[in-house]
Amino acid sequence: MTTTRDNGLLADHTNLAAALPGAGAPWLDALRADGAKRFAGLGLPTRKDEAWKYTDLSALARSRFAPCCGAAPAPRSPEIPAPLVADGPQAVFINGRFDAELSTLGGAPEGVTALPLAQAMTQEPKLLESYLGRVAELGRKPLVALNTAWLADGFVLHLAGGVTLTRPIELVFWGDACAGDDRSAWHPRHLIVLDPSARATVVERHIGRPGGHFANSVTEIAVAAGAALRHYRMQDEPGDAAHIATTEVVLSAGAAYEGFVLSTGAALARNQIAVTLQGEGATASVNGAYMGRASQITDTTTLIDHAAPGCTSSQTYKGVLDERSRGVFQGRIVVRKDAQKSDGHQSNRAILLSDRAEIDAKPELEIYADDVKCGHGATAGELDDDALFYLRARGIPEHEARGLLIDAFIDGAIGEITHETVREAFRQRAEAWRQGGAA
Amino acid sequence: MNILSIKNLHATVDGKEILKGIDLEIGAGEIHAIMGPNGSGKSTLSYTLAGREGYEVTQGEVLYKGQDLLALLPEERAQAGIFLAFQYPVEIPGVPTVTFLKQAMNSVRKARGEKELDAFEFKKLMDARLKELNIVNDMVRRPLNAGFSGGEKKRMEVLQMALLAPTLAILDETDSGLDIDAMKVVAEGVNALRGADRSMLVITHYQRLLDYIVPDHVHVLAGGRIVRSGDKSLALELEEKGYADIATAAA
Repeated sequence: MTTTRDNGLLADHTNLAAALPGAGAPWLDALRADGAKRFAGLGLPTRKDEAWKYTDLSALARSRFAPCCGAAPAPRSPEIPAPLVADGPQAVFINGRFDAELSTLGGAPEGVTALPLAQAMTQEPKLLESYLGRVAELGRKPLVALNTAWLADGFVLHLAGGVTLTRPIELVFWGDACAGDDRSAWHPRHLIVLDPSARATVVERHIGRPGGHFANSVTEIAVAAGAALRHYRMQDEPGDAAHIATTEVVLSAGAAYEGFVLSTGAALARNQIAVTLQGEGATASVNGAYMGRASQITDTTTLIDHAAPGCTSSQTYKGVLDERSRGVFQGRIVVRKDAQKSDGHQSNRAILLSDRAEIDAKPELEIYADDVKCGHGATAGELDDDALFYLRARGIPEHEARGLLIDAFIDGAIGEITHETVREAFRQRAEAWRQGGAA
Repeated sequence: MNILSIKNLHATVDGKEILKGIDLEIGAGEIHAIMGPNGSGKSTLSYTLAGREGYEVTQGEVLYKGQDLLALLPEERAQAGIFLAFQYPVEIPGVPTVTFLKQAMNSVRKARGEKELDAFEFKKLMDARLKELNIVNDMVRRPLNAGFSGGEKKRMEVLQMALLAPTLAILDETDSGLDIDAMKVVAEGVNALRGADRSMLVITHYQRLLDYIVPDHVHVLAGGRIVRSGDKSLALELEEKGYADIATAAA
């Protein structure tokens, strides 16, 4: 049996790491070595790990991976869609590496740093050193450790105090496995830092061609006092890919984070987000929709940590699962002892379109303060028969009536997106999924 | 040939027989009222005619314009010109009313071999109907029936009826949950849609609706059967004597 240690995910780390961008900087070498060491010790999580009880990575663990293939170019020419917001800035990553030719970033406005991580290693080493591995502490997080071991490229966005980015920055991740029998893995690392009262919107789109790639991204986000970030992710990987995205957010006083993930792609997808409400009066709106068919597995794991008083968090998730697909929702809200007047709500609703579809939902509230308003709700069910009959009784054929109801259901989550153009694009993508088509 | 011909109709819900042999003939342009106490089978009859799942016909037949109605799916019945105005119109948050109306209208037009309407044509038509029925535009901009008052929901049913222009409209307790003013408004809408080529089956518990939608024939439904039929004066008699007397006398 192949174990994690020899399946190629960490192969030849010492030598290969020496050739990664920025190698030679002591803090970076140490960070990567720490990641490698921890991952070597932990291995890929198994279902014995409480956090991975419902999502089985054993198929991934059994795969053979080409040694850090992220540096290799894609074998075929990528198909990069136009930006969601017409003429907006777009950074394109091919197999985890920034592609300057395909990107249209333009000149960054005053007070804005927007550049690939590999370049930031020489241009903004101080910024990286202050944040990388500090927002997302390595701890006992094998996938963050693995990502850190190989961190080489990704996107860095830094806004100086009071700066507002009017147009969303769009990041497109195109995956197309390298040639050969082994699977490819890449580990993009992103950093978003907003100084006080800055405002930005970031859109991610994850697409590509079948080839069994494994994208393991980590995004570290620090939002300073009074700043606001909108962060929208469209996960539409090819059907044989594995996509594990870890997002860790720290919010200072009065800061706001709005996140949305539309997860329709990959054989196995896990979107895990941890938000720490570190400063008084911070707000987090963390939402998403997941749609699965065939034997897709879509896992949403959230942790909202109310660490300061007077913070608000809300989570609205909706899922539509067809055929033999499986959804996992693990949502945890923690309210620490001093976090009085916390307001934390979570809802996960799933519709199962087939008898063989399945949802495992595990909401958890851990409350140590006494003056809080917290709640969670989870439902799983079928489409509403009454509504279906009502629509059919008006002449609408059954499959169209079901479509209307699915769109309406998912819209209950997508409606949380406050950026109008993005909301409309996500809505269209969900509709296209429902109609059975690709993006 | 009659528009609707029901012969010895038996239907069960959850294995329990609710309709126990209904016979009813409705001619073109006629308005028939079916009155009956709670539990007599009124709603079962309307759902059975509209084709709702779970309402199983165990005996008898229903011919619509001479064709076997029971062989059709709910949407095919609607496309063929049958319209059920629901007692409790379903709230569907997330489905914009206009989207729904246009899709319903075009589904029916398509099935009838008519050209589908584009957004502009549809809006023109809808605005004309809204005006005729005195409905404010605001209602169609909201999600379907979501948060509508009882009166608004029933007016939305009437609007749908006006757009789909059915041959046979079944009004299931259209007066339930309405105060007298709201009921009058809805009745006016229904009356505006009366015509020589439109039959109606008005199902109601109370006689008062029939003051406003005056029927040609009245039938009393009790215990899953029609126990008496007459003209509109039967409704008044019922109002006076109550269902108990009539049902007993007929038994």
